[in-house]
Amino acid sequence: MTPIIRIQREDFDLSAEIAALTAGRSDIGAVVSFSGLCRDEGGRLKALELEHYPGMAEAEIARVAEEATRRWPLLGLVAIHRHGLVAPGEQIVLVIAASAHRRAAFEAAEFLMDYLKTRAPFWKREHLLDGTIGGWVEAKDADDRAAQRWE
Amino acid sequence: MKLVYFAWVRERIGLSEETVAPPPGTETIADLVRWLKTRDEGYEAAFENEAIVRAAIDHHHVKPDAAITGAREIAFFPPMTGG
Repeated sequence: MTPIIRIQREDFDLSAEIAALTAGRSDIGAVVSFSGLCRDEGGRLKALELEHYPGMAEAEIARVAEEATRRWPLLGLVAIHRHGLVAPGEQIVLVIAASAHRRAAFEAAEFLMDYLKTRAPFWKREHLLDGTIGGWVEAKDADDRAAQRWE
Repeated sequence: MKLVYFAWVRERIGLSEETVAPPPGTETIADLVRWLKTRDEGYEAAFENEAIVRAAIDHHHVKPDAAITGAREIAFFPPMTGG
């Protein structure tokens, strides 16, 4: 099973990604998906700017996905992360994990997101409604702790 | 060697990438940072809190004591905030 990893500017279609992953398969019993959306932060935000490190972003997500396939008996794995400007309400990131049974799919999806947030080279900057460019979003200790619990 | 910078590290230094020739004796990421900070105030601002800035050698995360010998591309960036 080769994980599908894409870094792209364009939006993605959750249903289409699941359909592509499960087409013609009868061994998959569980599909867990997580999609992360851009919040408006109480109405302050016009958009989030997502910067990434081309090359390393794909490589790092591939390493994390590889680790997930070693830990759980997965039948499919997808990770899609957008870059560029994303408006409130729009999708930023998608993770899909498929397996015969639900626990592996739930755990793998959560593992992938925890590691993706703390290891994949992406940075967020706020663009505010008043036209100014705000600060870079600071990394959260809670995200580091979430990733550490898998060690 | 080629250096690349991202997010506020890039903004403080004022460059997204450059090719540098560090002096002899620059053997680790920490040595490289020490030398970069002597170059001008932009680098000094970028590495003001060295413990925060992360480094990668050829697309792999590394610690400050990592050897830079043979590195093709070294990146410096803030803690990641994707997802």
